[in-house]
Amino acid sequence: MSLLRAEGLAKEFGGVRAVEGLDFEIREGQVFSVIGPNGAGKTTLLNLLTGIYRPSAGRLWLAGRALAARAPHQFAAAGIGRTFQNLQIFFNMSALENVMAGRHLHERCGLLAALARTPRLARAERDCRRLARELLEFVGLAAYADAPADSLPYGALKRLEIARALAAEPRLLLLDEPAAGLNPSEIRGIDGLIQGLAKRGITVVLVEHNMKLVMGVSDHVLVLDYGRKLAEGAPEAVRGDPRVIEAYLGGAEH
Amino acid sequence: MRGLLALAAVVLLAPLALANNYHYEIAILVGLNAIVCVGLNLLIGYAGQVSLGHAGFFGIGAYGSAILAARYGWPPLASLAAATAAAALLAWVVGRPILRLRGHYLAMATLGLGIIISIVITTEDRYTGGPDGMSVPPLALAGFALSGERAWYWLVGALLVATVWLSLNLIDSPVGRALRALHGSEVAAEVAGIDSARHKLLAFVLSAAIAGLAGALTAHYAGFITPGKATFLHSIELVVMVVFGGMASTFGAVVGAAVLTALPQLLTVFKEYEMVVFGGVMMLTMIFMPTGLVPTLAMLARRRR
Repeated sequence: MSLLRAEGLAKEFGGVRAVEGLDFEIREGQVFSVIGPNGAGKTTLLNLLTGIYRPSAGRLWLAGRALAARAPHQFAAAGIGRTFQNLQIFFNMSALENVMAGRHLHERCGLLAALARTPRLARAERDCRRLARELLEFVGLAAYADAPADSLPYGALKRLEIARALAAEPRLLLLDEPAAGLNPSEIRGIDGLIQGLAKRGITVVLVEHNMKLVMGVSDHVLVLDYGRKLAEGAPEAVRGDPRVIEAYLGGAEH
Repeated sequence: MRGLLALAAVVLLAPLALANNYHYEIAILVGLNAIVCVGLNLLIGYAGQVSLGHAGFFGIGAYGSAILAARYGWPPLASLAAATAAAALLAWVVGRPILRLRGHYLAMATLGLGIIISIVITTEDRYTGGPDGMSVPPLALAGFALSGERAWYWLVGALLVATVWLSLNLIDSPVGRALRALHGSEVAAEVAGIDSARHKLLAFVLSAAIAGLAGALTAHYAGFITPGKATFLHSIELVVMVVFGGMASTFGAVVGAAVLTALPQLLTVFKEYEMVVFGGVMMLTMIFMPTGLVPTLAMLARRRR
């Protein structure tokens, strides 16, 4: 079943077409990768899928229904979560609180309840804390739970972003270059993590430059070049596509 | 919790060190300013939104309650509630467009708002008495007028402890985490489902209501008010108290308010140079302890252990 469908998606920045006439369909439970040279429009696409940018044209359907969300928090409420290529950690909180903040959508409480700390809220907070700890364990950060976020090493922050995004229980999780800047053993860890997500039944959109990672975990690959779709299909098919080799892989082999 | 108990103990034991009515008066002013700063810290320290106009809300509370009680004969408790609500309402109406602005623009907009309120208070002398000020009836509870330094001390002390308790609860709740999150990264907060505009507005309205309440209490306590407390300079004083004590630290706000309220009162030599002293304190804080007094001391204590 199609979880997300885009039709004629486009984004212009003062005449520069960052994304143009993009059609694609992400199936439920897939690891859907988006690759392409620098400036191909990958991050712009993620920003369109999370409401950070408003499309110049085109439409989105989530689980068969037109996506009516406008502000990013409404995209989140619709079930789309993401991580950021350039880390967007809440550095003014502990690692655990970062993940707890990620549960915001499931922890609605009124101002008065928050001010008075009602017993009901106290219980909800305990549950939230426990869930956040479990998520930190899942991404391998249990040891850092109570550490201030700004004391964590770079590789751990990348995982913290994933734990925080998972806390919202998204139907669709967008990962923006989760392996960028990591060493080979850390990348293997991310590889395992993404496979763990797939096992949890989470649909993943992966934007990544590391071809080994992409080819290993993806069910479907979309190749962008200058904001347009260059090719798409199973990883093996894309890898053998002469246009892709010329635009992207060919250049990378020199 | 330990911090709250310590604060309650300080409030309970302080009278042992207060020798005369003048000392009580300073303690009451410290308490009232601390209440404003705890509220302002929710906005500046936790939500990361700068306001240079909070003396305006303080002024609305003070003059609102004074005018309703003195000119329209409202019972002071009702005028106090109405003036607090008026400050909150104004913050809500003005905050919706203003809080779309970020950083310097938000600071400039709140600065303008504060100045407008201050000018209105100074010029509408039919109601406010203009620059000469106006006298305010005492606060009455069930027919008994609240008077005397000691009674006011206990009222303000209890309110301060309550405000700190509410603030600590809020910060450690989903709402408080949302405020801190949008300070840490607004885009990440939004993507986590946090309605940043709504939460900024909430912090703004809440801090304005607290400033309004403290303003109204100050007016009834002093029995006489002048536009001085509603001016831009007082807004700056409030911000300096928060920054000096420690942003994103509730007890920092209390300590900042205590030190910077008591010092100029006790060292009368500062009186004429008050603004110079405040400016100097601000600069030295930024250079030597950018996180503020209480967080810096807490960090040093952790390191020694």
